[in-house]
Amino acid sequence: MTPAPVTMPAAARAATATTAMIASVPSGPLVLPHVDYGALMPELILIGAAMLILTASAMTVRRAPQIVWTAVTVVASAAAGVASFVLWQRVTTHGPYAGLSGSLAVDGFSAVFLLLVSAATLLFALVANGWLEREGDKGPEMQALAMLSGSGAMLMASANDLIVLFLGLEIMSIALYVMAAMNHRREESGEAAMKYFLLGAFSSALLVYGIALTYGATGSTNLGRIAAFLSTEVVVSNGVLLAGMMLILVGLGFKVAAVPFHGWAPDVYDGSPSPVSGYMAAVAKAGGFAALVRVLLSSFSVLRLDWQPVVYGLALASLALGAILAVMQSDVKRMLAYSSISHVGFILVGVESGTRQAASGAEYYLFTYAFMVIGSFAVVSVLAGLGDRHHAISDFRGLAGRRPFLALSFTVLLLAQAGIPFTTGFLAKFYVLAAAVSGGFYVLATLAMLSAVVAAFFYLRLVLVMYGTGVQVAPLSREPAEEARRRSILQPILAGPGISVAGAASPVAVVPAGTGGGELPQGSAPEEGPLGGVFEQPPAASEAALPAMAAVAIGACVLVTVVFGIWAGPLVELAQRSTLLF
Amino acid sequence: MSVPGAWYLILAAVLFSIGAAGMLLRRNMLVMFMCVELMLNAANLTFVTYSRMLGDVAGQVAVFFVLIVAAAEVVVGLGIIVALFRRRSGATADDFHILKG
Repeated sequence: MTPAPVTMPAAARAATATTAMIASVPSGPLVLPHVDYGALMPELILIGAAMLILTASAMTVRRAPQIVWTAVTVVASAAAGVASFVLWQRVTTHGPYAGLSGSLAVDGFSAVFLLLVSAATLLFALVANGWLEREGDKGPEMQALAMLSGSGAMLMASANDLIVLFLGLEIMSIALYVMAAMNHRREESGEAAMKYFLLGAFSSALLVYGIALTYGATGSTNLGRIAAFLSTEVVVSNGVLLAGMMLILVGLGFKVAAVPFHGWAPDVYDGSPSPVSGYMAAVAKAGGFAALVRVLLSSFSVLRLDWQPVVYGLALASLALGAILAVMQSDVKRMLAYSSISHVGFILVGVESGTRQAASGAEYYLFTYAFMVIGSFAVVSVLAGLGDRHHAISDFRGLAGRRPFLALSFTVLLLAQAGIPFTTGFLAKFYVLAAAVSGGFYVLATLAMLSAVVAAFFYLRLVLVMYGTGVQVAPLSREPAEEARRRSILQPILAGPGISVAGAASPVAVVPAGTGGGELPQGSAPEEGPLGGVFEQPPAASEAALPAMAAVAIGACVLVTVVFGIWAGPLVELAQRSTLLF
Repeated sequence: MSVPGAWYLILAAVLFSIGAAGMLLRRNMLVMFMCVELMLNAANLTFVTYSRMLGDVAGQVAVFFVLIVAAAEVVVGLGIIVALFRRRSGATADDFHILKG
């Protein structure tokens, strides 16, 4: 359908609208568009595998071991990765094109994001396997939801139509809302899901209204047609168009947690199961930024002067607030959440220049950041103990003596996030800053480097905590007091002084068996417990076993971060050859 | 006598603003949830109005997608709210303060 000429007075158009619509209905047989299954293959594989394991678990009488669901997920995400790579090869040899009646962009940009999401889903499956087995949380739901969420992020990355973008965003988010609530042992998990859900729904409502206004101003939701319309026609209702664009920007800003739309991120990362926090930080940001970059750089490229100041402000606020607030955290997961906000600032610095270099810089950043953040949260997930509860900075004290492998991996991943040379983190920051400098944003690039210095402080502090005090395991006084305060609010009956004292000694010391119930802060009656009232004492951080699969995932993240940091060629080339469709 | 299209757009904008204001001001989670629905339906009304004004069916097709997504959100959202209800009585957002936002 051709875009309607909007320059004609809308009122005159309205009078003939009904007849025009009747006339436009084809009278012959319905012509279906050609469905390019090859372009949709990664999404289809993930959705198919998710449906498969959900159906299989519903049909089988005996509960299959967790490893079965993990294996299917790993195989499916590997297959999706292969399909993405095939797509990448097709795009680099035959050139990008728009499939499915122009609603799906098949280009290098989307192919790299498909690869990213496949890899992230695979790593998540490995990390989540250990987490689920520790929590005694049998079932395929977590893995199935991760695959569905991944397929949504893939759809977002390759959407060439605002409605497809919205659908991808919702497929991704709705699965993530449930994943955030999957930790039955912590009340914070449900609270995190609620916050994420309400703010997520609010942001998608803003996004939809933005899409509706953009549709009204340009006559189409297709990104290509919007771009063509904006470059050829003079828009009558410029205010409507700008409002639409800003609402889309805000909606996606919520998804990637850019300041001032970041309020949910620390709480949600803190409350969600640790593997899910890592997956969220990697995949939701990748999907959100892929959509943001494509919308801003392809269809709203003409309106650059209107969106650049807004992105400038978002970038600056994210850099400053993310780094400063991360310094003030006493919890590793919250610290990583604020650090992810400062990473969002860096990516926005790259996006700001609005050039082709900006797209590849942002893409490289997201690709490498995915490995760093999934690896970091995997370490946290292993160390957090039963209930996923011990992730205060004090719990990491002297980690190097107890768990050398985890401490070393975490150190590498943290240093990479700080942007130390010979890691991918350095190159990622280099490319986004190069994009900003080539666009003439010297002040922004300088401020970004300053914030990187502040950010280095809290990464290095955590490294020093892990390596600094040897094997001495006295917990910091603050966190157990915090725990005791929570317990006294939540369960006044159980939080007697005896338990508080035991809790204060807890994270690494052996706690008397009688106080085991006190370790569950949700204040639930025993029969509500997931294991039918049998509460095991959460193993202290030093005693938690390292699941083999999680070790493989952490190792893979570290290897990717270091190897591609030194042997930079392949990944950089991948990002630089991944051009946008138009 | 026909109502001008702009009136529908203004109505949609008013509904959207009411929804957004309610989302930011009200504390009851179910009411907040209803406000989101109000916002989504305001967007739907905008879609349909523009679809009429432009003589283009695509806007009305978009409404179907938005409706389906809204239904899916209701399912998940109410599920989460019920799961929280079971742990404590009341559905006030202010009660959730373990995580210090």
